[in-house]
Amino acid sequence: MLNRRDLLQLAAATVALPGVLTGAGSGLNRALAQQKVTQDDLLRFEPLGQVTLLHFADIHAQLVPLYFREPSVNIGVGAARGKLPHLTGGDFLREFGMAAGTAEAHALTSENYAALASAYGKVGGVDRLATLIGAVRAERPGKTLLLDGGDTWQGSYTSLATRGADMVEVMNALGVEVMTAHWEFTYGTERVEELIGELGFPFLAGNVRDTEWDEEVFDATATFVRGGVKIVVIGQAFPYTPVAHPRYKIPNWSFGIRENLVRKRVERARAEGAGLVVLLSHNGFDTDRKLAGRIEGLDVLLSAHTHDAVPVALEIDGTLMISSGSHGKFLSRLDLEVGNGRVTGYRFRLIPVLSDAIAPDPEMAALVGKIRAPFDTELSRVLGRTEGLLYRRGNFNGTFDDLICRALIEERDAEIALSPGFRWGATLLPGQDITVEDIYSQTAITYPNAYRTEFTGAFLKEILEDVADNLFNPDPYYQQGGDMVRVGGMAYAIDIAKPIGQRISEMTLIRTGQPIEADKSYMVSGWASVNEGTEGPPVYDVLARHIERHRVVDIPENQTVRIVNS
Amino acid sequence: MTQINTPQDPQRRSLLIGLGAGGLAVVGMTLVPRAVLANPEDVKMAIEERIGDAATMDGRISLELPQIAENGNTVPIAFEVDSPMTESDYVKVVHIFAEQNPLPDVASFYFTPRSGKARASTRMRMLKTQNIVAVAEMSDGSVYMAKTEVKVTIGGCGG
Repeated sequence: MLNRRDLLQLAAATVALPGVLTGAGSGLNRALAQQKVTQDDLLRFEPLGQVTLLHFADIHAQLVPLYFREPSVNIGVGAARGKLPHLTGGDFLREFGMAAGTAEAHALTSENYAALASAYGKVGGVDRLATLIGAVRAERPGKTLLLDGGDTWQGSYTSLATRGADMVEVMNALGVEVMTAHWEFTYGTERVEELIGELGFPFLAGNVRDTEWDEEVFDATATFVRGGVKIVVIGQAFPYTPVAHPRYKIPNWSFGIRENLVRKRVERARAEGAGLVVLLSHNGFDTDRKLAGRIEGLDVLLSAHTHDAVPVALEIDGTLMISSGSHGKFLSRLDLEVGNGRVTGYRFRLIPVLSDAIAPDPEMAALVGKIRAPFDTELSRVLGRTEGLLYRRGNFNGTFDDLICRALIEERDAEIALSPGFRWGATLLPGQDITVEDIYSQTAITYPNAYRTEFTGAFLKEILEDVADNLFNPDPYYQQGGDMVRVGGMAYAIDIAKPIGQRISEMTLIRTGQPIEADKSYMVSGWASVNEGTEGPPVYDVLARHIERHRVVDIPENQTVRIVNS
Repeated sequence: MTQINTPQDPQRRSLLIGLGAGGLAVVGMTLVPRAVLANPEDVKMAIEERIGDAATMDGRISLELPQIAENGNTVPIAFEVDSPMTESDYVKVVHIFAEQNPLPDVASFYFTPRSGKARASTRMRMLKTQNIVAVAEMSDGSVYMAKTEVKVTIGGCGG
């Protein structure tokens, strides 16, 4: 049904920067000066058809440009093994024939990350997004629809301080036309309802039902007409919100994939004459890929949650699947030609939001300035400096998480630390200052208490097994989409191909080199517990104190997890 | 991330029955004290106790359960069996089993042609991750079976 396939159009950015792989910073900057990517390069697109969908997701409340390193380890299991988005580094570049060191190779992989990041500069920033969106709207009047895939209201100091209000104000100003959600729910029932009241556009979550009467809680669909095409958007919130986060925040809302409900809604949209049916999803990539293969009549699936930046539109049994990365680093543009209720052509580009190449939209820049002004002193307060690269993404480790684990062990006097496998959080380059803002970019959650308690070895194993199965269950409907829980003070081996209960072995207390004993107790500190009444200081305070005490931190690559059958 | 959804008080099992179209006649529930877990062999025996040695077939039963339970103490379950529900062809009974609960019998839903549709929903308690099995006996003696795994997880640590 789809007769046009356009892969990568980032023409300007496919020019390799000579010497990049071996070059030092100064050489890179010279090379970049010669091959500067411009705003026009980023916006270059041959328009097609009646409709332009603009999609971003998982901004995690990042208002200003930042560094964000894509993962070097992102393992696919079952049917997803070795397939997009589970290609990283050199494998990814080979798949797309990309030259290392180009702007797009840098945006999409972690290859030679620190050097290239200092050359290409930061990514994202809602004032840059506003410029790109404004330009596409000017080019395609009456044809565009801007969709926000969720995880928008959480992840920064200002979002936590304003309990999401900063992001609602910004998204209204950006002209978002429809959204779905995940972390938004962690502000709790009352606050979510309040903020939805302030939205200038629909908040869709068709898979959320109340626990008492099994009735819909939110709108499930919204209808738009663009370029003469009737578009029905179905919203799908993160299915495991009450499992991955504290239940007590939203006690009366039940989630789940609810595939049959999605199917019925697509059928109804078709029966009611939709020309284009879009699922705005926060399921996560592999779950969405399975869903796309099981639902008839779905034209476009805009995926989110797992933060995968995929530079092509994937065709899955007649559905076009898009995944737009995270942290405002990318904007997806999908042009669609629709005839007789079918997509007859499309063109896609995942536009990297290279902050230095894009002129900030002045109105949005002013709004961001206004929102941040009351917090400026605290946001920019320097706590220390990092010698090495601090990043989070990766299936098993990130140096930022290792730093958090160190902080928990030292500040809370624990033997073992556990840090959740969140996928959000900015990257800091070697030599960068660590500010209060940077601390919150890793830890800004509404259930931040850093507990200190004794766990038996058996319970530690159970935790690891449980989280590993959330990540590596071969059936994506059982995956929750985070990364593996980060462990400090303890080494382990993981066999990805085994079933739950058999993946984790060789658990060793690093301090003593002794094996973890099942019935022995260990002092553990961790954060982001879903239990109500968890006690302990907020993790951002623990981390800030640790960095202030050390002033300079240097976290080496983690070697404590042995991976089998990846 | 350190919560375990372990049922602590089996006496407080709550029961909610969606009557659907036409309703259902009898629901058998089994209240059990905490005991040794059942295993798939026990379930096989429990099924045999109900239906004898009739061969089971796949199909006709649509079983709706969450893939991952939000709360193991109250897991919603719904089913519908494809049947004309006429005097000559109807669903007599649907048994629900939980393979690894202390006792595997969860409920039996009895229907008549006047039920209109063979569907019901309720909530059940699950001790741990396990298969939930639905067995439907038809008026002609044929037996259908469906099975779904429901995970009961520790929770937390998600992305």
